[in-house]
Amino acid sequence: MTELLRTENLARHFKIGNALSRRTLYAVDDLNLSIGEREIVALVGESGSGKSTVARLLAKIYKPTSGEIYFQGRPLSQIRSRRDMLRYRGDVPMVFQDPFASINPVFRVSHGILRALKLHRPELSAAQRQAEAASVFETVGLTPAAEVLQRFPHELSGGQRQRVGFAQALALRPKLILADEPVSMLDVSIRIGLLNLMAKLRDEAGVSILYITHDIASARYVTDRVVVMYAGRIAEAGPVEEVLAAPQHPYTQLLLSAVPDPRAELNVGATTDRGEPPRVLDPAPGCRFRWRCPLATDECARVTPPLEELRPGQHAACHVAAAAAASGAEVRAF
Amino acid sequence: MSSVPGSESAGPAEGSGRLASRAGSPAAASFPPAGAAPVPDAAGQPVLAVRDLTVEYVMERGTVTAVDHVSFDLGPGEFLGVVGESGCGKSTLLFAIAQLLAPPAGIAGGSVAFRGTNMVGLTDKELAAIRWKDLSVVMQSAMNALNPVKSIGAQFSDVMRAHGVRSKQEIAARSAEVLRMVGIDPVHLGSYPHQLSGGMRQRSMIAMAMLFTPDLIIMDEPTSALDVVAQRSLMVQVKELQQQFGFAVIFVTHDMSLVRHFSERLLVMYAGQVAEVGETRRMFASPLHPYTAGLMEAFPSIRGPRVPLTGIPGSPPDLAQPQAGCWFAPRCTRVMPRCRTSQPDLYQVDGTLARCFLHQEEAPGGGRP
Repeated sequence: MTELLRTENLARHFKIGNALSRRTLYAVDDLNLSIGEREIVALVGESGSGKSTVARLLAKIYKPTSGEIYFQGRPLSQIRSRRDMLRYRGDVPMVFQDPFASINPVFRVSHGILRALKLHRPELSAAQRQAEAASVFETVGLTPAAEVLQRFPHELSGGQRQRVGFAQALALRPKLILADEPVSMLDVSIRIGLLNLMAKLRDEAGVSILYITHDIASARYVTDRVVVMYAGRIAEAGPVEEVLAAPQHPYTQLLLSAVPDPRAELNVGATTDRGEPPRVLDPAPGCRFRWRCPLATDECARVTPPLEELRPGQHAACHVAAAAAASGAEVRAF
Repeated sequence: MSSVPGSESAGPAEGSGRLASRAGSPAAASFPPAGAAPVPDAAGQPVLAVRDLTVEYVMERGTVTAVDHVSFDLGPGEFLGVVGESGCGKSTLLFAIAQLLAPPAGIAGGSVAFRGTNMVGLTDKELAAIRWKDLSVVMQSAMNALNPVKSIGAQFSDVMRAHGVRSKQEIAARSAEVLRMVGIDPVHLGSYPHQLSGGMRQRSMIAMAMLFTPDLIIMDEPTSALDVVAQRSLMVQVKELQQQFGFAVIFVTHDMSLVRHFSERLLVMYAGQVAEVGETRRMFASPLHPYTAGLMEAFPSIRGPRVPLTGIPGSPPDLAQPQAGCWFAPRCTRVMPRCRTSQPDLYQVDGTLARCFLHQEEAPGGGRP
């Protein structure tokens, strides 16, 4: 698979507090992520894990504190001209979480998509823009397109609005869509429709998608590769079936044990964990999951575990799992 | 159902337990055997009996019936899950039960008998005597439900003082006790809502709801703002507390998989009507209504083979547009000609009630339940 985007030791820290109490929030650290062409990669994590910060870094909304992003082999920090910037934004558009807040309510839905087309594809005439807008609306399942384009956002359901978001992204002929929790605000019954749409966009339009979610079951449904983040770092990454069948990192195990699964019996193993948010304010070296981890050792408090390949294609950042993998043993925290 | 407006003590003897006095009572009726019929307590009376409850929104473009003749009973200590998509009337139903509706919504008919007292038409003063003490409501977003400028302890104290508890020691002791019950260190009585995580805020709302150990706690999607781990932990805790103290729970959610392991009975709502109501296990084993089946198949699983899913195509109907046939017919995969012309009734099949013509023949008497 050809590589489309790669990050190298990407980090983003935020300064918070005032002159008297300066603290640093380590939102993303040491992130090495790669996305291939025609690939859907899932970035899974809970609130505060830094997954939305990653999306904003890739969309160039935030500047990295350190590290570099390479898109088609070229470093993003080299982008200087407005033209290159526009082209990148067209290549890598974003779909937002809240379909009620991300579309301007005072304009018809055609407004946003036609403006984006005018800006990013100036070669098109007004009639061609209309035709293009209608065609992408058809692609995302908003039919009859000509009629839906003339509606106001409040006349559409949440699922339809989120499809408008994907249509706007798709109109730019993107290479990679950054989808930040695109289905979490929608009803369960229509989530599947959007997940199916993402798979269709990959198969038919050849687009790659970074699917950011806290729902690992939906990640499994559409993706082949999953990256689990915890407290700004990658905890585990690998092919989705392998990660689900044999999770190496205790956090992945906790996450999987908490997923409600009506087809399975109740797993009460993880009930002692309260799901408290991770600590990312001035974290000292050491594993950031150690306060919640039943297997934590002295080493976990001293040394930050590196991301290592523990099984073919499957990487995890955990001292205990690494030691166990070396001796052929299995680790079960939850 | 006798209705004794204004009388607060009309409930069954079992229902008058206060504070932690019922801690010793067995976790009775935690898994009642029958389907649609709840297990009555010793006096044979359900905690809550809802009959033909109808709620209408009166708007410029016409009257919308958001809750349409909903009836069900809830036994003491029972956990009822109410599921459905947005706009199917499940939150409106909760608000109608708790008498929290505000115009343009109003109860157009039916009764809500809580421990034998019809709550429809009670004055604010009469309701105030019941609220928090016998019936508590936990709202969807604890961030918005808690007062941001008061500490948790001050808000607990308000509730207790409103019900005549004057002793500061008693208030402090009980507040600390309920916080401990939900797994929060009592030191957080001095904390303000913004200092707590989402999970802790939702837990303190539940602690507040338990100050007087009510007979019924109504929960409106309490976990929808939480991560999976916090969500699972909260659900297990609610279930444990329920078994310990024996209160009944009505739990509203759009996520059916969430209540699978925690509710005894499920009530599936569609277009303001009961689509299906019955025992949870039975419903998961063989859903009767195509809508229930659709809701169940909308979840990707983390186990088993990866199968393509379809969800439920289309969206819930616009209730302002009257429809001749079944509300679900336009989205139904098993639609029949008569579904488009006449509305199905609720038909009883093995203790489950389903509003679908598919089950008309199976039902005893071939029709009415």
